[in-house]
Amino acid sequence: MSTSLLVVLLIGVVAWLGASLGLASLFGVFLPYVAVIIFIAGVVWRMVYWSKSPVPFAIPTTGGQQASLEWIKQASLDNPSTKWGVVKRMFLEVFFFRSLFRNTYAEVREDGPRIVYFSSKWLWCFALLFHYCFLLVFIRHFRFFIDPVPACITFIEAVDGVLQIGAPRLYLTGVLLLTALLFLLGRRLFNERLRYLSLMNDYFPLLLIIALVLSGMSLRYFIKTDIASVKAFTMGLVTFQPVGAEVTKNIGSLFFVHLTYLSVLLMYFPFSKLMHAPGVFFSPTRNLPNNTRAVHHENPWNDRNAPFTTYAEYEDTFRDVMVEAGLPVEKQPDAGDKE
Amino acid sequence: MATLPTPQQLIASRPAFPKENWMDIKPDFKPGSFCYPAQKQTMELLHMPNPHEWNPADEDWNLPENWEQILIDAFEERLKKHRSLKLFMDICVRCGACADKCHFFLGTNDPKNMPVMRAELLRSLYRKDHTMLGKILGKKVGARGWDKDVVKELFSYAYQCTECRRCSLYCPYGIDTAEITAIVRELLHEVGLGIHWIMDPVKNCNITGNHLGIKPHSFVEIVEMLADDCEEVCGIRPKTPFNEKGHEILFITPSGDVFADPGVYTFMGYLMLFHELGLDYTLSTYASEGGNFGSFTTFNMAKKLNAKMYAEAERLGSKWILGGECGHMWRVINQYMDTYNGPAPAHMMDVPTSPITGTQFTNAKSTKMVHITEFTADLIKHNKLKLDPSRNDHLITTFHDSCNPARGMGLLDEPRAVLKAVCNNFVEMPEKTIREHTFCCGAGSGLNTEEIMELRMRSGMPRGNALRYVQQKYGVNHMACVCAIDRATLPPLANYWAPGVSVSGVHELVANALVMTGEKKRTMDLRQEDLPNVDGGDE
Amino acid sequence: MYNKTYVLAGIIIFVALFTTPFWTGIMSGSYQRPAVQLPANEKECVEPVEYMRAEHMQLLNDWRDQALRNEARVYVSSTGKKWEISLQNTCLKCHNNTTEFCDKCHISNSVYPYCWTCHIEPKGKK
Repeated sequence: MSTSLLVVLLIGVVAWLGASLGLASLFGVFLPYVAVIIFIAGVVWRMVYWSKSPVPFAIPTTGGQQASLEWIKQASLDNPSTKWGVVKRMFLEVFFFRSLFRNTYAEVREDGPRIVYFSSKWLWCFALLFHYCFLLVFIRHFRFFIDPVPACITFIEAVDGVLQIGAPRLYLTGVLLLTALLFLLGRRLFNERLRYLSLMNDYFPLLLIIALVLSGMSLRYFIKTDIASVKAFTMGLVTFQPVGAEVTKNIGSLFFVHLTYLSVLLMYFPFSKLMHAPGVFFSPTRNLPNNTRAVHHENPWNDRNAPFTTYAEYEDTFRDVMVEAGLPVEKQPDAGDKE
Repeated sequence: MATLPTPQQLIASRPAFPKENWMDIKPDFKPGSFCYPAQKQTMELLHMPNPHEWNPADEDWNLPENWEQILIDAFEERLKKHRSLKLFMDICVRCGACADKCHFFLGTNDPKNMPVMRAELLRSLYRKDHTMLGKILGKKVGARGWDKDVVKELFSYAYQCTECRRCSLYCPYGIDTAEITAIVRELLHEVGLGIHWIMDPVKNCNITGNHLGIKPHSFVEIVEMLADDCEEVCGIRPKTPFNEKGHEILFITPSGDVFADPGVYTFMGYLMLFHELGLDYTLSTYASEGGNFGSFTTFNMAKKLNAKMYAEAERLGSKWILGGECGHMWRVINQYMDTYNGPAPAHMMDVPTSPITGTQFTNAKSTKMVHITEFTADLIKHNKLKLDPSRNDHLITTFHDSCNPARGMGLLDEPRAVLKAVCNNFVEMPEKTIREHTFCCGAGSGLNTEEIMELRMRSGMPRGNALRYVQQKYGVNHMACVCAIDRATLPPLANYWAPGVSVSGVHELVANALVMTGEKKRTMDLRQEDLPNVDGGDE
Repeated sequence: MYNKTYVLAGIIIFVALFTTPFWTGIMSGSYQRPAVQLPANEKECVEPVEYMRAEHMQLLNDWRDQALRNEARVYVSSTGKKWEISLQNTCLKCHNNTTEFCDKCHISNSVYPYCWTCHIEPKGKK
């Protein structure tokens, strides 16, 4: 935790100093381009890496009744037997975190002794909140990437700022995103089990995203900068016509800190657990139908001619006792062979 | 076997989480904490790599000289063969949702028994050799290299997982610890490390056709004895066809059911049911094992042992295969068999069809293998069985979903439909401990061995606890299940956590309730105990 | 590569989604910071231009609170100059055309303040 915090702070300080010392184009142009290339190439590279290994066996985790007799109701969402069923299962998994929704908390009590199971939806709730708010915040940022800004983005902003608190209006997604992140960090710090198993690999991305969000919120609410210049700057980036110092000089260093956090996040993504995002689509315990008794699943490295103990070998071993026990045999024992 | 602590002592003795980082804690092999090692001779017979003498309690495990290279290569090979492994190594976010879903963790409070940590044991090695950040930053980002203590640690925790997949149900990405455990066990086998309780049955199955090493003549003898017992109970001696060609159905069930109490009563149940139906079937002494301890060893071993089923169906000319009550057997049949050894022999029926009701089992049209509770549930639905459930009235029964049929198949309502038809008193255990949420008996995947009895009682605690709950609340005195390993492991578990609850297969209760044509008046159940609810009984 | 179709489709969707800022940007064409029409007869605003660009919304909000809630009508600027706190009489006196001044940047940056739900929007001299 402390190392991760230090690294995240250091990234911020370096970016701040760099931007203040006139290296805005390094942190604002070069780094983001490199980051986007690493992100996209890295994610594709990892997806290709996964897909180079086959799925030798169809091993869906069945979460309900199988398709069997006509009069028994199949749990088609949790135990699909068709492709379409799998699409539905995956949809619920990806968009609503259905598996996590099942979560319970088990407590072993020494009276009895007994175990008590509590429904435990907090992780599900905050995880879902985090992901959707992050998505909305990302979509909101398109006002800096598109000109003229499409109505749908303006609409999202209007809904997001519907409480009309302060000027500029407070976005709910930002606050909820930060709350969710603090919850996710808090459980790693205060839950004994989580604290024991958490690694730098867990704290670093959390703190990095917290830093990204905090710097972004500061830019909007506290340490403001001229966003007309920011838009000119980002439009320069996305149209591959980066603007020079005549624009960047009007933009505060904090903006480059924000952009650097984003760049680091993008570069870190393909090499980290954050790959769970594309990974969930590849998961063979979720993305396959439970129909392996009805439809053949082929394993490319299956050895068709792998040896096993054949009946002939078995009978050769046990022919005499088999005959004695009155079992039918393929080959009668040769009387001459005996004794 | 040492005497067990009381349940209170057992739970009170769960240690607190250690202060040190988990990487700094070495595995500890006290007697009772590990399964006995596989014998060198067994491993040689099976052509397993690097067979050698060793003992978990020893400091030196006599690993082959180049053990590290073997493991590194084997791991890389598995990554190339299994997308699941690559993915599960890469995408875990350590959210901890799986942590308290594991019965081993709940029973031991050992952090390395949290499924996420069990996977992290292997993931740390993956990071070191297969990820950039792990190579550069090492321990800081949870990466570590191989050493002999790591091998010991992997062994310890790969055999404290019953591959029940409960964690995988709750994982937002479906990360399946069973897959990781299976692959860790494969890796350990590459350097000659296996356990006796798994490898001995594997060896037996390879030679005699069944895990228990029952030779053909003894197999026949035992089944004949069971048929005699059936006659004792109902006055009818069911037929016992063996290795006969030209029958419609080949019946395969775990060999545990012909060997040990209370499995044998389930087997008697099958014999009586088939006899009553006049089913055109045969048993086989060659394919006399439904279970597959190979699936606890390596994927290839599972395939090898499984191959006998189709081979025998082909030789005998059976149209389809009926499978008995067993847990991991059905994981293999439902998710692996067709891939391992399919497609099924060409002469088999297009779609397995019940000769009694004409129902087509379309969900089994490729493997041609039908679960006995699917078969029986269909019979009952079509009123093809005359049943007197009052014979089971002295039982208040609950049902234990075995992990594999529950989470590797979804066989949930079929056994319930059968049970409810043959028992008047049926009660479910608490919601979070049944169906897809079911808890393992604590000793699946080859861990049903005596030397780790205390560990089994710990890992079986969630199941035992749920059972005791319904015992106290509803007076449950019986637990039915559809798994041969359960029938071996649940009686001691019930005896420990909920004394007074008996255990049986579903088909034992079916045969108890089954009114057979021409039977004598039943005064005894299949266990030859008096039936209290029958007029003219002892009471 | 296994399951090629699905994986390739996934890759294409991913790349398409995450390059949207670029292709929407390119479709927008090259972008110039909007040119606002500055007041003809006044060179100096209440505060320096850099401050006004970044903080004018904050200033306006403060002015509203001062005027309506505290009945304070005098603003002392960072240079010490006194201004009347009034949107109508101070700001809009010079910036007398929203279309040519406020809206230029606001629309381009998708900012829609609710000034004109109470105040009369100056349309400039036609």
